[in-house]
Amino acid sequence: MFELREVTFRYGDRPVLDRVDLAIDHGELVLLAGPTGVGKSTLLGVVAGLVPAFTGGTLTGDVVIDGESVLDRPARERAHVVGYVGQNPPAWFVTDTVEEELAFGMEQLGLAAPTMRRRVEETLDLLGIADLRHRDLRTLSGGQQQRVAIGSVLTTHPRLLVLDEPTSALDPTAAEEVLATLTRLVHDLGVSVLVAEHRLERVVPFADRLCLLGAGGQLRVGDPAELLVDSPIAPPLVELGRLAGWSPLPLTVRDARRRTADLRARLGPPPVVVPEVPAPESTETGPEVQVRRLLVTHGSVPALRDVDLSLTPATVTALMGRNGAGKSTLLWALQGRYSATRGTVRVAGKDPHRLKPDARRRATGLVPQSPADLLYLETVAEECAAADRTASAAPGTCAGLLERLAPGIDPAGHPRDLSEGQRLALAVAIVLTAGPPVLLLDEPTRGLDYPGKHALAEILRGLAADGRTILVATHDVEFVAQVADEVVVLAEGEVVSSGTVRDVIAESPAFAPQVTKVLGPGWLRVDEVAAALASSDPTAAEVPS
Amino acid sequence: MRLPRDLHPVAWWCWAVGLAVGASCTTNPYLLGLLLAVATITVFACRGDQPWARSFRLYLWLGLVVLVIRVLFRVLVGGNDAGHVLLSMPEIPLPDWAAGISLLGPFSREELLAAIYEGLRLATLLIAVGAANALANPKRLMKSMPPALYEVGTAMVVAITVIPQLADSARRVRAAQQLRGGERGRGHRVRSVRRLLVPILEDAFERSLSLAAGMDARGYGRAGTATAGQRRSTGALMILGLIGICVGVYAFLDSTAPRLLAWPMLALGLVAALAGFVLAGRRVQRTRYRPERWHTTEVLVALSGVVVGAGLWLVQRGEPLVAHPGVLAVPELSLVAVVAILVGIAPVFVAPPPLTARNRAPVAPEPAEEPAKVAA
Repeated sequence: MFELREVTFRYGDRPVLDRVDLAIDHGELVLLAGPTGVGKSTLLGVVAGLVPAFTGGTLTGDVVIDGESVLDRPARERAHVVGYVGQNPPAWFVTDTVEEELAFGMEQLGLAAPTMRRRVEETLDLLGIADLRHRDLRTLSGGQQQRVAIGSVLTTHPRLLVLDEPTSALDPTAAEEVLATLTRLVHDLGVSVLVAEHRLERVVPFADRLCLLGAGGQLRVGDPAELLVDSPIAPPLVELGRLAGWSPLPLTVRDARRRTADLRARLGPPPVVVPEVPAPESTETGPEVQVRRLLVTHGSVPALRDVDLSLTPATVTALMGRNGAGKSTLLWALQGRYSATRGTVRVAGKDPHRLKPDARRRATGLVPQSPADLLYLETVAEECAAADRTASAAPGTCAGLLERLAPGIDPAGHPRDLSEGQRLALAVAIVLTAGPPVLLLDEPTRGLDYPGKHALAEILRGLAADGRTILVATHDVEFVAQVADEVVVLAEGEVVSSGTVRDVIAESPAFAPQVTKVLGPGWLRVDEVAAALASSDPTAAEVPS
Repeated sequence: MRLPRDLHPVAWWCWAVGLAVGASCTTNPYLLGLLLAVATITVFACRGDQPWARSFRLYLWLGLVVLVIRVLFRVLVGGNDAGHVLLSMPEIPLPDWAAGISLLGPFSREELLAAIYEGLRLATLLIAVGAANALANPKRLMKSMPPALYEVGTAMVVAITVIPQLADSARRVRAAQQLRGGERGRGHRVRSVRRLLVPILEDAFERSLSLAAGMDARGYGRAGTATAGQRRSTGALMILGLIGICVGVYAFLDSTAPRLLAWPMLALGLVAALAGFVLAGRRVQRTRYRPERWHTTEVLVALSGVVVGAGLWLVQRGEPLVAHPGVLAVPELSLVAVVAILVGIAPVFVAPPPLTARNRAPVAPEPAEEPAKVAA
């Protein structure tokens, strides 16, 4: 029904897509995956007709819908067939209320008023958002916004739904909701879905076919279980399957669990965590960050209530919780921007809100949700030099940090041209130039692929090993399993659980990483399994991981 | 009982344009002050909790800036010693090519007053527009455009909505920039402005691009079924109409132009433009989901604006000394002028309370029944 034929796309002389062929049938869910910055969004834009109209570049090849070429038709003329939901739905909303947003597309197509009324009602029910109909779009949670965005293109009854990272900004539960909605569309309405996603672990179980976009712009299409055998990006479940030598690879936790009998036998008991002997100096100084019964309000609305928190040096703590649970507020309260309405915040023994800006920066470094807000100069080298000047650090301090965090960044490059991961590293380097012992990061994994997240985890572990205190707010369970020692879970501004990763994460089904789901509590990461296998059975170590 | 709802945006714009017309008819500082008070009170009483409602403060600041610039400019190039000199400054003559202009020089009380009056008038105009911007939901305004202007309207709306969005991203960027410290050394002020502007502008560009892409992807601006010939004829009619209107207006204002060009040309232009409108509107295949309705309240609000505008225009015609008191005497007031302006406060008593997050919330349980009705 929908076909890309020999599609090639380039910006100037930089190729992005190289002779891509893709056919999508009725009622199929096709997953598009690939490393960060490889051109997944570009491919989706070509399908929707937004590329090259909104991006520039040259496009050759053909886009065919039902045997008819639509290559020269702009996105608006494809709107009745292709429904496109971009990244970051709030930036796409045209109207202000849920109902009007659902109707906007139909108004453009000129549907009769009674039809519009009926379809709006049907869509509200289909997506389970009927109680939100009059709500202001800005007041919705991330998951609700995403479902409204999907609904707003569904009302025009497109036959192909194109989604760009629909779950990247969502907490695990909201992501489940959105994915459940998508599968329901595929099963009940026969809509075809093309979805790009970084966190494969969420979508792979639902996908009929997988498309892997490589760095050269080549697209490989096939059965997920076959393609993932040698894919450079793989969810933990697949890595586990490769390690255990399962074939075909299990794609759902349930599949994998049924095959674990022999693996368990080879593995033996789960790794026992040796309680690390605390370094002598940390016992003397006590925790670096102390929060006692903290209440922070926005206007009259409490954002944090009775929060107790203590962070010790040389540990990485993950801060989890729903969208809007108060994670960002807690980070900014530790930084000193928000004052405590009640309770105390102590960073290195001082109240950060009372400190002068310079002293705040020396006490805590915060990397905000969009690191680009920090950057304003034309080259990486200028950014680093400016950071050195403002922190009164020796010239080259920031550049040195950056080289350690993300080696090989061209100092003459523009910060906007960096990949997500490199830009994040630059922001971290700038913030660390002032030498704060405490580092706070707000959602750093957004837009990072598995290798990118591994690299970030390495960086954070390295910084923790230097004795820094690190707090990371994130939704990404697998990332938490990799990087964190401790976890704090917030809900409605209150701490609901806190403790070591193994204790907290393994206990709650919603937050458990895939390896824990398959092998049971005690196992967190694939590398633990690999180590256990290597020690018990020397031949298993030869299985490529 | 006045149920909370959003007033028709066109009604608010009628009201605001009335105020603006009124402001442009007078330089009397008392009248202008009264107009400002009417606009401000109405905004604070009737605005909702949406982002554009918060933009009003920005317009107040803009008005103040206009006033100050006006006075400063007068100080710089005014130089006229007639009247009560407040400030004697040396006069700096300019070279021959700028004959007649001199910098600085004595600054008199009369000049100060004239500058303040004119600045106040301009500021009131701006603030009236700002009031409409704060009260009328710009996105609903777009829905009330005639079909032929739909696309232009949407483009304008996107331009208007940029301001509150800029305020939001400015707040975010400023907080983020504090994380990396201020600039030091020479020229740090210029650099610190730039470090705010660059990320804010980048953010604004990205937002507008993604909004444009989103609207396009959802079918905004579809060509419909018109043939190339139809499209050309509507375009030609529209352009001819606009030219006719321009020539007509010029001839109407310039009394030396031949009379044949004045009314007949204006009428001809209007007819051609209207014909183009209707033709263009007919081929637009766009429908409205629950269109805005025009109730009595809307009529009253719009009328109150018309009364302000028309009243002050009449004052300007009938009582020129009240409308333009000059700078030599203490400005006077007349009953007609004051009453006309006070009519502008009518929306405070007439308009329904705005929809806010709070009064919208209790509506939520009710729609639970509606899907059942549809199913039945």
